[in-house]
Amino acid sequence: MDNFDTKILKVLQDDSRFNAKQVGDMVGLAEDETQKRIDALEESGVIAKYTALCNTEKLSEDIVTALIEVKVTPQMSSGFDAIARAVYQFEEVKALYLMSGAYDLCITVEGKNLREVSRFVSEKLSTMRDVISTSTHFILKKYKTEGVILDEDDSEQKRQVIL
Amino acid sequence: MNYQKYLSKTAMDIPPSGIRKFFDLADKDKEVISLGVGEPDFNTPWCASEAAIKSIQKGVTQYTSNSGLPALRMQISRYLKQRFGVEYDADSEIFITVGASEAIYLALRAILNDGDEVIIPDPSYVSYSPSVAMCGGKAVAARCFVDDEFRLTAENLQKVITPKTKALILPYPNNPTGAIMPKESLEEIAKVVKQHDLLVISDEIYCEMTYGGRRHTCFSEIDGMKERTVLINGFSKAFAMTGWRVGYACAPNEIFKQMLKIHQYIIMCAPTNSQYAALAALKGGFEDGFAEIKAMVDEYDMRRRFLVKRLNEMGLTCFEPKGAFYVFPCVKSTGMDGEGFANTLLKESKVAVVPGDAFGESGKDFVRISYAYSLSSLKKAMDKIEEFVAKHKKN
Repeated sequence: MDNFDTKILKVLQDDSRFNAKQVGDMVGLAEDETQKRIDALEESGVIAKYTALCNTEKLSEDIVTALIEVKVTPQMSSGFDAIARAVYQFEEVKALYLMSGAYDLCITVEGKNLREVSRFVSEKLSTMRDVISTSTHFILKKYKTEGVILDEDDSEQKRQVIL
Repeated sequence: MNYQKYLSKTAMDIPPSGIRKFFDLADKDKEVISLGVGEPDFNTPWCASEAAIKSIQKGVTQYTSNSGLPALRMQISRYLKQRFGVEYDADSEIFITVGASEAIYLALRAILNDGDEVIIPDPSYVSYSPSVAMCGGKAVAARCFVDDEFRLTAENLQKVITPKTKALILPYPNNPTGAIMPKESLEEIAKVVKQHDLLVISDEIYCEMTYGGRRHTCFSEIDGMKERTVLINGFSKAFAMTGWRVGYACAPNEIFKQMLKIHQYIIMCAPTNSQYAALAALKGGFEDGFAEIKAMVDEYDMRRRFLVKRLNEMGLTCFEPKGAFYVFPCVKSTGMDGEGFANTLLKESKVAVVPGDAFGESGKDFVRISYAYSLSSLKKAMDKIEEFVAKHKKN
């Protein structure tokens, strides 16, 4: 990873639909050199996935998101890894982090409605052998996610200005 | 009531700005992607905003000295020396204004007598010529050409000098063209300035926005020019502080005194809390080696490269600007002039750019595109412009 790779990533993280030529133009590299670097970033897993970031508030189907704090008993041989692997295989789990502080795992779960998320917690998560306790927080409104502000602030006034 | 007989003839004679005229049109439509506004899309450094808030909380809401906070003048003096190698005395040569705009007007007020001529590179920012007129002077255009990458050449400057010429306005890096004046070019201009005994008002508000590794050269750095130069700068562009309205003027003491006198009578002082914000912005800059400016300039640079490539590829010839945050492509290949292009583009593709003739006659076949917008919006706009150009291209 050098300065060019960093710049390439910066552009793609903001908008992955720029093609290699356009990214190359921005960072000052030829198209094929840029493509090679992007390929390498993909192969090495630096670029994990290209995706679309949705404003869930605007989807026609409702989605409920919850953050779940989980305390677990780490296992002798594998620490937190084994339990984490068991948890992340559920497709409801969108994100899973090992945390410092008052609890061990932080899980982001998505479901169609409150009941679905609750069922995941009561039937799948809390019944796991090493889970000591869970604490579920439902997300009420997303103002900003992945660096994108979703909040539609209509207070900005039209300005007439010469410059 | 017939107001005509009450109104000032000087005021009425000033034409409305071509930019303003255009945006009254563009403003009516919500879907329009605007590439029109020349204002950083970054936030003011938080340390600056915080300092202003703190100053309000502490109740520091009185006037400052007419010339501005001493600490701010000192930091500006330090900044100019460290970043650009020019030395100005914080007490006798620098004072704080309400944006660079006020400073430009004061400089003209301080030096012009009725009928004095002021040379302005054409194209240039829209406020110079009306300001000259308001001060009783006559604005004279010195044409700049794309073949010279819109630099002002000594030759084109010579052509418009008359016995009445008193001063030259030197606005580089340039709005709207993005042109810069490298040191060698400034030296050529300096020879003419000296030969004809002129003053120079050097508007260097975009001094931090240069690309391709070349730092900006202040005109007053050129041998013998400091005594003839009013250096104008401010915080709007480099620190993304447009709405705070803080600028400054640096001038030889005799000119400084006259400018400050007018400033005292018409303004009193620049907004106090804004001055505290500016002070914190500079201090913060010294602490981290002006890292925020660098990050901002790197981001502008990517956008600049992207636009120049795209525009040239779609057939709008565009020289590579090395400063400010504008590109200035020629739209002749579409069979339209800048105004026709901008109007039709707005109507058909809902993208707003500014017709080049708003900045002077030499901009007639060009449009100004600001890249103070996110890469994603620039990409969307470029896709639309590309489609538009393909449709209208004259082969």
